[in-house]
Amino acid sequence: MTTLAPVLSAHWDDADAFTLAGYERTGGYRALRAALQRDPAHLVQLVKDSGLRGRGGAGFPTGMKWGFIPADSGKPTYLVVNADESEPGTCKDIPLMMATPHTLVEGVVISAYAIKAHTAFIYVRGEVLHVIRRLRAAVDEAYEAGYLGRDILGSGYDLDLVVHGGAGAYICGEETALLDSLEGRRGQPRLRPPFPAVAGLYASPTVINNVESIASVPAIVRGGHDWFREMGSEKSPGFTLYSLSGHVANPGQYEAPLGITLRELLDMAGGVREGHELKFWTPGGSSTPILTAEHLDVPLDYEGMANAGSMLGTKALQIFDDTTSVVRTTLRWVEFYKHESCGKCTPCREGNWWLVQILRRLEAGEGSSEDVDTLLDLCDNIAGRSFCALADGTSACVTSAIRYFRSEFEDGTHTPAWELFPYERSAIVPVEQAVSA
Amino acid sequence: MDDTARAEMRELMARYPDSRSALLPMLHLVQSYEGYVTGDGIETCAAELGLTEAEVAAVATFYTMYKRHPMGEYHVGVCTNTLCAVMGGDAIWSRLSEHLGVGHDEVTDDGRISLERVECNAACDYAPVVMVNWEFCDRQSPDSAVALVDALRAGEEVTATRGARICTFKESERVIAGFSDGRAGEGPAAGEPSLRGLRLARENDWAAPPMPPEAREEPEPSAPEPQAASEPEPAPEPVVTAAEETAAESETESGGPEQPSPTRRRRTRTRTTKEDTP
Repeated sequence: MTTLAPVLSAHWDDADAFTLAGYERTGGYRALRAALQRDPAHLVQLVKDSGLRGRGGAGFPTGMKWGFIPADSGKPTYLVVNADESEPGTCKDIPLMMATPHTLVEGVVISAYAIKAHTAFIYVRGEVLHVIRRLRAAVDEAYEAGYLGRDILGSGYDLDLVVHGGAGAYICGEETALLDSLEGRRGQPRLRPPFPAVAGLYASPTVINNVESIASVPAIVRGGHDWFREMGSEKSPGFTLYSLSGHVANPGQYEAPLGITLRELLDMAGGVREGHELKFWTPGGSSTPILTAEHLDVPLDYEGMANAGSMLGTKALQIFDDTTSVVRTTLRWVEFYKHESCGKCTPCREGNWWLVQILRRLEAGEGSSEDVDTLLDLCDNIAGRSFCALADGTSACVTSAIRYFRSEFEDGTHTPAWELFPYERSAIVPVEQAVSA
Repeated sequence: MDDTARAEMRELMARYPDSRSALLPMLHLVQSYEGYVTGDGIETCAAELGLTEAEVAAVATFYTMYKRHPMGEYHVGVCTNTLCAVMGGDAIWSRLSEHLGVGHDEVTDDGRISLERVECNAACDYAPVVMVNWEFCDRQSPDSAVALVDALRAGEEVTATRGARICTFKESERVIAGFSDGRAGEGPAAGEPSLRGLRLARENDWAAPPMPPEAREEPEPSAPEPQAASEPEPAPEPVVTAAEETAAESETESGGPEQPSPTRRRRTRTRTTKEDTP
């Protein structure tokens, strides 16, 4: 049995966890002191050896990303932290930054030192006022304590860190759209190559990492790569935050070694809502194909989820029980993608619009007999035909729902979803009457 | 936009290697002065950055947080993305919209409340979620949400469940733009759902493997182990005015992991180091 292993979340229950004093008391900034004694190349190698993979969804090896930065480009190198957590279901970086923002700040300083950057940014979504306050306060404290600014801890190394608030756009979680946004433009993805490691922010070499990836670096520096690899598997090593939400008795954050299963996590979280059974779930946000009860024992790591036909994504485990209409959830997710499509690529901009029209018909029980096949055909023309993964996310969400619950979509040709699955039964708080979209 | 506002814009511009990077914060600043992105605000940003007004307007219209007409003093966002919607967000939306007599992107006649259907706000373990001026009001129901907006309308002080005393829309925009309001210390470090895994691990003596000895031999800070580290975090304050509803709900939630027992073993991992051993 795999058990929990709090590392990032180990001190979240300290009343002053978010202050410098609280963080230093639990060993904070000791990794930075150790890191500044080492050669930057040594730190890149350490993170490579640890096998840390990006926690923002794609799972790309973090150390390898760092290694792509050219040695002598003649331009400044930048580190950008992607704190634009917006993938539906994903809710791990926000509590991390709320509770222990200094873990991220320490990770930023070590990582920036490793890639020889002297300016770093935390791009945090704008709609989290208190998290922005906590991040800025932590950065201010770090400057005062000499962990940021000129000649950090007497090492001769300089770093400036800017906390940049976004303005409400899911697409800015896509790394090249984030860069455009950070340059003061509309957040639209860029064609690659060139990759950000070569021409990123201000056309300079740039590393973009997720909050949780960067926040994991101080622990790796202190514990070493062998310690990190004691957790998880060969290809998916380490600890990570799993977020359980939805129809589960005790939703919340559960930090565990990679490879724990949903069955184990559900046991820890008190099981599915009492009196109900698991119907479907997402392993890592709405863009990862849904899975069902038959996948309860698949390891929640990169390989396990890929073998099950899905993706680990952000480990956002959204649990839906047997009261839930999959037509309703699919429609709402696709409405989200339609709203958030940046409009740059036609298949995504137009395709999402058409998907919504069809899914609305099916939800209302007014679909036609061709609608399900049309949905699949549309997805075929959306996935892989746009600059970024938003289009793939839409497609994954629709095709996986049809794969497991095709008959429910077909029922949409004659019966509204809210009659088949009365919506008030899905609510976990008291609601008075039937609600329909 | 007066000279003070322009000076603050320049302060924002100076924070970046390329001043145009300050455009998003500058537009937030415009909203903190004007309540929305006005023509004057666009002109001022354009003039300060050496851009055309069209270039600035193109950016302002791309992002959902930038408003094209005045918002209420309290901008209320109901999450109607899938998970929150299913858990009760759709019902909350219907009730609030009916109660206030306004729809999406509309403002009550008294100018106090504006309403928006928001997308996922990264608090799914606290669903259904309502945001007020981008502060978290967790685990709401239709009744608690009505009590919440009524209190805001009546001018009562309301505290977010994980956050500070709720300030006005304009004040919140100023913080997002990049100017502190000194409220970072308010509110808990974490809400109960954020701590569930940690509490369970403590109860069961589950921990990450110990770090190698050399990690423990690094110099230690001189500060003594404070009390706070071993005291359970109090549950987040409920939204004050939603008292009845929230009280009822926290009872349903109390089937969750117990508060940590006072005798629980301290963590044995390296971070715990010597100061924890007698």
